[in-house]
Amino acid sequence: MMVCFGSLAGMYALLGAPIVAAAQVLIYLGAISVLILFAIMLTQAGDANLPRPFHPQVWVAGLVALIIVGLIGYTVLQTDWHGALAVTAVSVETIATALFSDYALPFEILSLLLLVAIIGAIYIARRPEDDEGAN
Amino acid sequence: MGLQAYLLVSALLFTIGAFGFMARRNAILMLISIELMLNAVNLSLVAFNAYAPDGSPAGAIFALLVMAVAAAEATVGLALVIAIIRTRKTAEVDQYADLKE
Repeated sequence: MMVCFGSLAGMYALLGAPIVAAAQVLIYLGAISVLILFAIMLTQAGDANLPRPFHPQVWVAGLVALIIVGLIGYTVLQTDWHGALAVTAVSVETIATALFSDYALPFEILSLLLLVAIIGAIYIARRPEDDEGAN
Repeated sequence: MGLQAYLLVSALLFTIGAFGFMARRNAILMLISIELMLNAVNLSLVAFNAYAPDGSPAGAIFALLVMAVAAAEATVGLALVIAIIRTRKTAEVDQYADLKE
């Protein structure tokens, strides 16, 4: 998973979006991977080997996944992308200007969402009647 | 061929995430699969933005917004999973069947 996130950051850098690549490294490689590692470490110390890792209807899931990738791949390969020839790099300054002028409202809503998520996560994950929970 | 390659990688990543979400039985691995799907959508957004003829930054901005929403989702989701595992002592979603009729 971490290799996948890192490769995605490289792809963003190739696509001329260095700020997205930096955010990918910071958020995914830095934050979310560590969060998931901590969750696995906290919860699965005892039962590391589940009896059956896959759902009994795994072949249905595989079939649906194959259908999805077939449809998307067919559509992508059949479409004529004649307008898309070269990578146009978007500078960080352009992104910053647009983020704080045209997209100011989503930005503010996002900050509110993050605040609510922090409060909710602390409330959910703390132990009941244990005031010294380290979460 | 550039845009097509990126879109195919994105489709493949999304499908791996969807398959993992449907087939896995561990709650934390299902959350990881959701992260994979969000990453695939992000990749296609950035790819479309990079190949757009006008240099508008909308795709990159939406990719950043999706990343922040994914971080919030991962936080709350993992907190929920930890709380459930603490009371239920298992990570298998098939055994969370209390709401079943």
